[in-house]
Amino acid sequence: MSTLTQEAQLARAKGPIPTPAPTQDTAVRTGRVARTFIYLVLLLFALFYLLPFGIMVINSLKPLSEITGGNMLALPQDWTIAPWLSAWSTAQIGVEPTGLRPYFLNSILMVVPAVAISTMLGALNGYVLTKWRFRGDTILFGLMLFACFIPFQIVLIPMARMLGLLGLAGTTAGLILVHVVYGLGFTTLYFRNYYAAFPTELVRAAMIDGAGFFRIFWRIILPVSGPIAVVSVIWQFTNIWNDFLFGASFAAGSSAPMTVALNNLVNSSTGVKEYNVHFAGAILAALPTLIVYVVAGRYFVRGLMAGSVKG
Amino acid sequence: MGFLDINHVTKSYGSVQVLHEVDISVNEGEFLVLVGPSGCGKSTLLNMIAGLEGITSGDIAINGRVVNGMHPARRNIAMVFQSYALYPNMTVGQNITFGLEMHGTPRPERDAALARIAKMLQIDHLLDRKPSQLSGGQRQRVAMGRALVRDPAVFLFDEPLSNLDAKLRVDMRTEIKKLHQRLGRTIVYVTHDQIEAMTLSTRIAVMNKGYVQQFGTPKEIYDTPTNLFVASFMGSPSMNLLPVRVAMLNGSPHAELTDGEGVKMHLRLGQANLAGQEGREVILGIRPEAITDPEGADRKSGNIQHLRTRVGVTEPAGADTFVTTTLSGKDVVARMRADAAVAPGAPFDFAVNMDKAVVFDPRTEERIPA
Amino acid sequence: MATSTEADFRTRLQDWLPKLVLSPSLAAILVFVYGFIAYSIYLSFTGSKMLPSTDLVGWDNYRTLWGLSAWQTALINLAIFASLYIVICTAIGLLLAIFLDQRIRGEGVLRPIYLYPMALSFIVTGTAWKWFLDPGLGLENTMRLWGWESFTFGWIKDRDLAIYTVVIAAVWQTSGFVMAMFLAGLRGIDNELLKAAQIDGASNWNLYRRIVIPLLRPAFLSAFVILSHLAIKSYDLVIALTGGGPGRATELPATFMYSYTFTRNQMGVGAASAVIMLMTIAAIMVPYLYAELKERPQ
Repeated sequence: MSTLTQEAQLARAKGPIPTPAPTQDTAVRTGRVARTFIYLVLLLFALFYLLPFGIMVINSLKPLSEITGGNMLALPQDWTIAPWLSAWSTAQIGVEPTGLRPYFLNSILMVVPAVAISTMLGALNGYVLTKWRFRGDTILFGLMLFACFIPFQIVLIPMARMLGLLGLAGTTAGLILVHVVYGLGFTTLYFRNYYAAFPTELVRAAMIDGAGFFRIFWRIILPVSGPIAVVSVIWQFTNIWNDFLFGASFAAGSSAPMTVALNNLVNSSTGVKEYNVHFAGAILAALPTLIVYVVAGRYFVRGLMAGSVKG
Repeated sequence: MGFLDINHVTKSYGSVQVLHEVDISVNEGEFLVLVGPSGCGKSTLLNMIAGLEGITSGDIAINGRVVNGMHPARRNIAMVFQSYALYPNMTVGQNITFGLEMHGTPRPERDAALARIAKMLQIDHLLDRKPSQLSGGQRQRVAMGRALVRDPAVFLFDEPLSNLDAKLRVDMRTEIKKLHQRLGRTIVYVTHDQIEAMTLSTRIAVMNKGYVQQFGTPKEIYDTPTNLFVASFMGSPSMNLLPVRVAMLNGSPHAELTDGEGVKMHLRLGQANLAGQEGREVILGIRPEAITDPEGADRKSGNIQHLRTRVGVTEPAGADTFVTTTLSGKDVVARMRADAAVAPGAPFDFAVNMDKAVVFDPRTEERIPA
Repeated sequence: MATSTEADFRTRLQDWLPKLVLSPSLAAILVFVYGFIAYSIYLSFTGSKMLPSTDLVGWDNYRTLWGLSAWQTALINLAIFASLYIVICTAIGLLLAIFLDQRIRGEGVLRPIYLYPMALSFIVTGTAWKWFLDPGLGLENTMRLWGWESFTFGWIKDRDLAIYTVVIAAVWQTSGFVMAMFLAGLRGIDNELLKAAQIDGASNWNLYRRIVIPLLRPAFLSAFVILSHLAIKSYDLVIALTGGGPGRATELPATFMYSYTFTRNQMGVGAASAVIMLMTIAAIMVPYLYAELKERPQ
């Protein structure tokens, strides 16, 4: 096969890859009074967004006595990481005093395969829907797209039955299946919009060169899919990790994901409410997605934008 | 004191200076064109006249009033943008009267002004359409209408024809010229197209790298460019620039050059003050239309010299034929009549009109005066 | 030259292969989404209680549904919650976007701060706000400790006001996202348009009101669609924040469906409520998706 043609095509492909438009500084002019007001409002809102989480952090480092007696905004007198240790390994979740650790592992076991599979399938689907058009493909895409937006309550009952029939009820594998299926719509959307910007000539030229369906995918399309793959992975990771409804409905027991365990921890009605432990647990639950957000926020935003369909 | 005065104006962004000491004075009713390559500062200067960019030092006065720091809306100017900048959510009529509306003009007056302008620009049948429903040329006219209806002191145009295809560009160029002749308003026009500059302007400011290279009438710019940049930028095909040596022959200065076969040739120069500068290296500039076939030479010229050398390529362009040969190691383009008897590879008798020739100092790049 | 049958096979395979590759996903969607929807719709017409049954009862479940005060509460709550949520999120998002667009120094720091709540699970958000709003431990307590003795903020325990706490927490979570959408829209507006308006004499107020905001209409539409669909689906947040309470004060269709299906063993009624939720979302999404897909270059 002519590698020269492929290189040329890749070079051409780098042309229409949708890069975000360069942000231009607005031409609107604001006076000094207006600007001071603007900064003030913006800072107030920053405070609004940071406060709840900040409070959780501060209060997760206090002994319980300081919480029940004291001011939520006060810094800890007696800094302690005991709540964190408790949340991780000894807190009472349901009937077992295991802490969140096993459920954290459950989440990881669930998320990694689900993200990988749904992303891969999304890429293939996007590829087919844009480069191998056929009659009715837009309708099919529409069907897949609508599936992103259904209220998941409507599939709970049949899915519970189906998982029971397949012997996957209450297992991590069952959750993986659920998340893959219901994540397909989004991942297909991302990849489809991304690949739509590549000229179809790319595929035709490769076909003339003798490449077939899969070879074109592996050698030409996939190598340049980096950015959107990251977006898809981040988006899927965040959504699947943060999911509660499916976790609570299909895996409530020992294979429960982190979010379900957290809810159990926080809403347990027995005994003293150890708020500091609750907060430590909540932060532990939030850490993975937060870290991803901090590290790759740019892609997160792109995912949000692409997911709003306005392509 | 002109109608529009730009005095010692400079512009810097932090430590980067993008405009150096611009001094231009425009009389009322003139058509000033700022022309130059991308990044030369012409759009920046226009934005400063409009008030969309601040002035770092110097001042700009419109009709006697210094406008530094004044909000664009109060400078009594109007602007036509490269992308027309028509408000997409408003109709053509609303687009045109928006400025009047913002200035508080009552409804009946606005409608009257709109009717007048629409009739003049022949867009009265488009008034209820949205910009997205118009063609490029129509949008251009609406943009001009929006500027005209304000009856400003100065009209500013920022590369308004760049987005049009070639044929439409020529048509609109003529329309703009007709409008100027009819209304007699003061116009400042920015373009990178030197043909637009030549055809539309009463005076041109050629700019490069933040400096005004030359400010003068089209004829001055074309015939007596002040430096190499102006000489090569204006005119298409561009001026031939040949490195030559001054040689004194028969008491007058000649330009000594070699042709493609190494044969030394001499052309008598009209620049008297090069006399006695034997051996000086200079650059000789001759426009293609000054090199013709003997029958096509300018009969009014007093200094037609003949040069016999071999023809490189010929490009018959219908109305003329462009002939390329090699002199002083450079490709030289000559423009001759379409039916001139030229053949590629054959020797030919070129007639060079040395009256039109200019000479530049290679180090300073400036023209050596006659 | 290859024999004619070989060439045929290869081309036929290439024709087939794309559809073959698409089919698992398509099958999955058809079964797990549309098939299940159909099943749930079917269930809503049966007398299922704890387990699915096959005896059809016509519209009984729906009739029961509309008669239940819990459902009516859920609907009223949804109306209050959704309208406030959408309006406030849009207003805050627009405000922050316009402000951030004014060449603000530190925009790179502020924007992630506004957006990070989107990265959190609703459970985490609910936990954080549940505490912040708790009268004994949260804001009310702090204000009192600081000297403001009579400050009360016990909405979360108040039957009439609890739903508004859900609004607060939900707005906190998603307004950053709306801001990001509007910011992207603002940045897509050609600067020359703004310059032309300035030359025309428009004040900043007029500029935004007459030109910029009308141009943001696609963003408004997207925001509305996404927010309304999130509002209808709201489940995790309510569970974490109030558990549906106090009593049924913050019951929403999503929590209603769950409790009626799994806790109260009224599967038929639960299925009916889910169908209603689906219809509402479909009424908003289907026209929107249709319009979006029609525009796409074929």
